[in-house]
Amino acid sequence: MSDSTSDGEIQPVGQEARGLFGVSDTGDTSGFGGLVRRDPTGGPVVSTPEPLGGYFDEILAAVREGLGDEVVRAAVVDRDELTIHIAPDRTAEVCRHMRDDESLRFELCNSVSGVDYPAQGTRLHVVYHLTSMTYRRRVRLETAVGLDHPVVASVTEVYPTADWQEREVYDMFGVVFEGHPHLTRILMPDDWEGYPQRKDYPLGGISVEYKGAHIPPPDERRAYK
Amino acid sequence: MTATDNAESHDIFAAEDAYAAERETTEGKVYTVTGGDWDEMVAAVDPVNDERIIVNLGPQHPSTHGVLRLVCEMEGETVRSIRPVIGYLHTGIEKNLEYRTWTQGCTFVTRADYLAPIFNETGYCLGVEKLLDIEVPERANVLRVIMMELNRISSHLVALATAGMELGALSMMIYGFRDRERVLDLFEAVSGLRMNMAYIRPGGVAQDISEDAIRMIRDFVEYMPKGLDDYEGLLTGNAIWQERTQGVAYLDVSGCLALGVTGPVLRSAGLGWDLRKTMPYCGYEDYEFDVPTRTGADAWSRYLIRIEEIRQSLRIITQGLDRLEPGPVMVEDKKIAWPAQLALGSDGMGNSLNHIRHIMSQSMEALIHHFKLVTEGFRVPAGQAYTAIEAPRGELGTHVVSDGGTRPFRVHMRDPSFVNLQALPAIAEGGLLADVIAGGASFDPVMGGCDR
Repeated sequence: MSDSTSDGEIQPVGQEARGLFGVSDTGDTSGFGGLVRRDPTGGPVVSTPEPLGGYFDEILAAVREGLGDEVVRAAVVDRDELTIHIAPDRTAEVCRHMRDDESLRFELCNSVSGVDYPAQGTRLHVVYHLTSMTYRRRVRLETAVGLDHPVVASVTEVYPTADWQEREVYDMFGVVFEGHPHLTRILMPDDWEGYPQRKDYPLGGISVEYKGAHIPPPDERRAYK
Repeated sequence: MTATDNAESHDIFAAEDAYAAERETTEGKVYTVTGGDWDEMVAAVDPVNDERIIVNLGPQHPSTHGVLRLVCEMEGETVRSIRPVIGYLHTGIEKNLEYRTWTQGCTFVTRADYLAPIFNETGYCLGVEKLLDIEVPERANVLRVIMMELNRISSHLVALATAGMELGALSMMIYGFRDRERVLDLFEAVSGLRMNMAYIRPGGVAQDISEDAIRMIRDFVEYMPKGLDDYEGLLTGNAIWQERTQGVAYLDVSGCLALGVTGPVLRSAGLGWDLRKTMPYCGYEDYEFDVPTRTGADAWSRYLIRIEEIRQSLRIITQGLDRLEPGPVMVEDKKIAWPAQLALGSDGMGNSLNHIRHIMSQSMEALIHHFKLVTEGFRVPAGQAYTAIEAPRGELGTHVVSDGGTRPFRVHMRDPSFVNLQALPAIAEGGLLADVIAGGASFDPVMGGCDR
């Protein structure tokens, strides 16, 4: 049986598509999903062709006008959300402009979160979600660093609310925020080793025998692809 | 002759005097006469003022609102610095989600902020639905709104109850939990579970609401205003309650925005920012309700806002019940819609016997479909989405990332408890230790959501 899902192609959801439930070997009955992951974001980020539509063009123009064209590495519109990809050493500068510029006015930094894309060279992404209460707009800033130099400029001076959130990203992903007043672990114990939210962080667990059958730990079980 | 001339003519006062320090004011020279140099002598002997002690409050303490540890540097009764230490309830929910199907994710996120499970589920499901690019049926949307508002009431009731308990108003604790119990009964009647229901699912809700449950909700909506009057009779006019909350834990709008504080705390400072109005979701734009705001920016204003928000939630629930039209409560796409149906039996909510009969003895295909969808799950197109909803404590954001597989690639919950707690030093430093408790209670943090 040829399996159309094994080559990493994504089938559209909601259509009758072969491979939606496809497995190439025996099916897993544990109900646990397996841990072989495909990463469709392994390639370079491709900008959405402009104009982006809506207020996205205004935001992009205001950012470029204030900080120069090269600050925007890519601008992607997906599912009605604008993502601006920027360099890791310019996050603080961009955020300050986003907050202070009259035509942007992103007063609130909602969320800072990390994502680990192991297939990429710069695999650790830091994602900022900003809200402009004045204009009722949202925007997402994204930056990426590699494991060899995981340093991102801290935005705590611009948005004090990023304090704990950057500590959480450091705690979970090992991203170092330069300029953070006290970058320490926040959720994990102070003496914890490793960064639990990275994709290669082992889940732990041991094989359990029950009535002669062996149940492997979660990350070694068979699973759907 | 001016005051300055007067001072110059008396040189003896111009000299530096340890017992009567002088300073210039617009009214002329002012001399502050103290009892002596006793303080300086003590400071010279012990440069570290021995009045300063470190008080470690929590993590197991009935007044810290959960497993929260506060390291307070005290000078007498005054808090000089305060450092919240969190992480005692970290359960790795976000990591766990990456090893479960999208549907199973509901059962995990619901356990984050355990006082607002419906909000966690809705925020997460809106994110998944945005990635799937599907619209849920109207009836499911109305049910979500009804359940969210019921949950807002139960969460605010706990906020009032625990705040009362922490400030010594124990009757409020009993009343609050008593009425919350009624809401939990409603949850049980609707979903079969009192807490952590996993009722909101990607594509709709787990099962339809019964006529009995609707009747119970209507009874509750009729009952609740009387309960609110009781609380107001207990607390609002109570001199001790006013003394403990008025002017306590002050945080103005700019402080809130800088520290990312949202929800009742932000609205108590005067900014009517409520995502149900400003960035509507789930059809909130079609409901008539007010966003209560006050300008006190203190614990007292937050208490009044919570009371008023319960009244507004009751309005929304009534409108929601009137809007319930017959129809599906789950998307029609069978590749996404959960196949199992629950039904109310003699022993409570359980498997629908009709569904079991169908898959076990009528249709092999239905059994296969059920099995595959439940064990493997559905695929979600790759991409990322951020959805934000107005939870009882503020903005609950969910950042959902998919790699195109049957499991979430990454889910991050921006929990309002986590963000709001950062502001605790800002409201507590320089105040009294007792006001730390009042201020913390007015933020109403839930550590399950904070630590996830």
